[in-house]
Amino acid sequence: MSLQRYLIKRLLVMIPVLFGVTLLTFSLTKMLPGSPVDYILQFQETTPGLRDQLRAQFNLDEPVYIQYWLWLRDAVMLDFGDSLISDRSVSGAILTRLPKTLLLGFMGFAIAISIGIPLGVIAAINNGNTVDEASRVAALIGIATPNFWLGLMLLLVFSVQLGLFRVIPPDKAVLSPAMLKFVILPAITLGTASSALIMRLTRSSMVEELNKDYVRTAKAKGLSERTVIVKHVLRNSMVSVVTVAAIQVAFIVNGSVVVEQVFSWPGVGRLLIDAITQRDLPVLQAIVLMIAVTIVFVNLVADLLYSWLDPRIRY
Amino acid sequence: MSHESQRTTTTERGRIRVTGFDTSVFEDRDERFDWQQDESTVSRDRLTRAWERFKRNRTALVGLSIIALMLFTTIFARPIVIEGITVQPFSLAPFDPTNSNFAALNEAPTATHPFGTDWSGKDILSRVMYGGRYSLTIGVITVSIALSVGVPLGALAGYYGGWIDEVIMRLVDILYAFPFLVLAIALIAVLGQGFWNMITALVLVVWISYARLLRGEVLSVKENEYVTAAKALGARDRSIIFRHVVPNAMAPVIVQATLGIGTVVLNAAALGFLGLGLEPGSPSGAACSPAVAVA
Repeated sequence: MSLQRYLIKRLLVMIPVLFGVTLLTFSLTKMLPGSPVDYILQFQETTPGLRDQLRAQFNLDEPVYIQYWLWLRDAVMLDFGDSLISDRSVSGAILTRLPKTLLLGFMGFAIAISIGIPLGVIAAINNGNTVDEASRVAALIGIATPNFWLGLMLLLVFSVQLGLFRVIPPDKAVLSPAMLKFVILPAITLGTASSALIMRLTRSSMVEELNKDYVRTAKAKGLSERTVIVKHVLRNSMVSVVTVAAIQVAFIVNGSVVVEQVFSWPGVGRLLIDAITQRDLPVLQAIVLMIAVTIVFVNLVADLLYSWLDPRIRY
Repeated sequence: MSHESQRTTTTERGRIRVTGFDTSVFEDRDERFDWQQDESTVSRDRLTRAWERFKRNRTALVGLSIIALMLFTTIFARPIVIEGITVQPFSLAPFDPTNSNFAALNEAPTATHPFGTDWSGKDILSRVMYGGRYSLTIGVITVSIALSVGVPLGALAGYYGGWIDEVIMRLVDILYAFPFLVLAIALIAVLGQGFWNMITALVLVVWISYARLLRGEVLSVKENEYVTAAKALGARDRSIIFRHVVPNAMAPVIVQATLGIGTVVLNAAALGFLGLGLEPGSPSGAACSPAVAVA
């Protein structure tokens, strides 16, 4: 199957998945105890007129499938209505916070890759000896450390005791120096677990590649160890690493919800937690849907990248 | 008719009935070789050999001792009483994990409170020891239920293919679009907090990875000759799937499930940290539990 046909097939498969994602998001929030009207009125008795007026405003007097259709129609246009708490538009609230989450995510991702891949290469070259063993233990510790604990400890040591960083993020523009300095600790917290996973994967796929015939050929024709590793082995073993790195996006989103809470980072993850505790349904729906759709597309990109990097793979 | 029954042999495990040859031909024949099985290996069954291999692996032994230590402290932290009968009378935890001592709020570690006390004067060491019970049970129960959902669905999808596969895998794809924690958070918001609600939310998130993994394995295992042989002998689909295919496809799922216990405990702890874990007031093991390192 050619790449184009594969792409078309994948895009067609995505339609029911995206439909299911919207349906699930909508029904999850429908199942929440209490309706938005109750939360606006704060469960107080009011005139029936006001209640009916609010119900009409949120389309709650329509049948559920009409409600879903109206919500979906607006959601496609990125219109999620107004927040129940702040009366601001939901899309606006998310858009002001999105750059901060993206900064945190990219920095965390950068740390995961810049630690994970070199350490994985070193472990693979030292396959079987103490260095390899030490890297294994380090990876295990990295995966087993809860990120909220790591974040709190980093905050305690580097911000509170040593005073190197601020405890609360500065109220500056996203790419200002103060902000870039503050993001270091959250990014380390976010990237640690991912870097451990990427390191293990790099190691195992490198070890597999190192045993192949072309490595012996390359060494036999007199290439230096370094050239063989960097130009031949690393390039070939990156195929699976790149794919998994793309899937790590879900992992990073997961982590950012917790990390943003630890470092009081004003991003989308905190907005999500606030929306749940305050029962701010439109915000909750919008964020969950946004995350899910992003991940569907990231997985698509990962699959395409995989078959583009390794043309032998066809589905 | 007694002759007829002699000619019948059954292989009990696969419930496959093979008829039509005389077993006495094999049973009565002379020993062709003077070869005898080595007695020293006969007595060592598979479990013993696995244990022998296990003992040689130092990392595995370290992991086992960590888990044994954790099990020991959580079981013996407080007495276990089931329906009025004390099953386990020992109490290693120095204090009652739910008991507040208002003379010692937020204390730093001392000799009496080695881990200090929390905001309400509860001894943190005791809470960690007791809370381990919640963490470990959440991990084990969640993974077991998730396996019992994910394994049958994954096996059906992989074995039958077609529309069954499409339906199950599209459902898996949809759930896969939500990151672990985001879906669990949303589900807990719907279900409410509590021990079983937390397990339900985690199960709904965890089963998809087992289903996906098993389906992939089943796809390759079902191409084996023994599956074709079982089909040719007229075995029912149910017995082919659960006696021939699934046992041979389980290995990666078992590995994933063991690691999954640790992941589930970590995520339960993260939920506790976000204030969506167990009800406040219960010795929320999740909020202060140590990470389980499955070596």
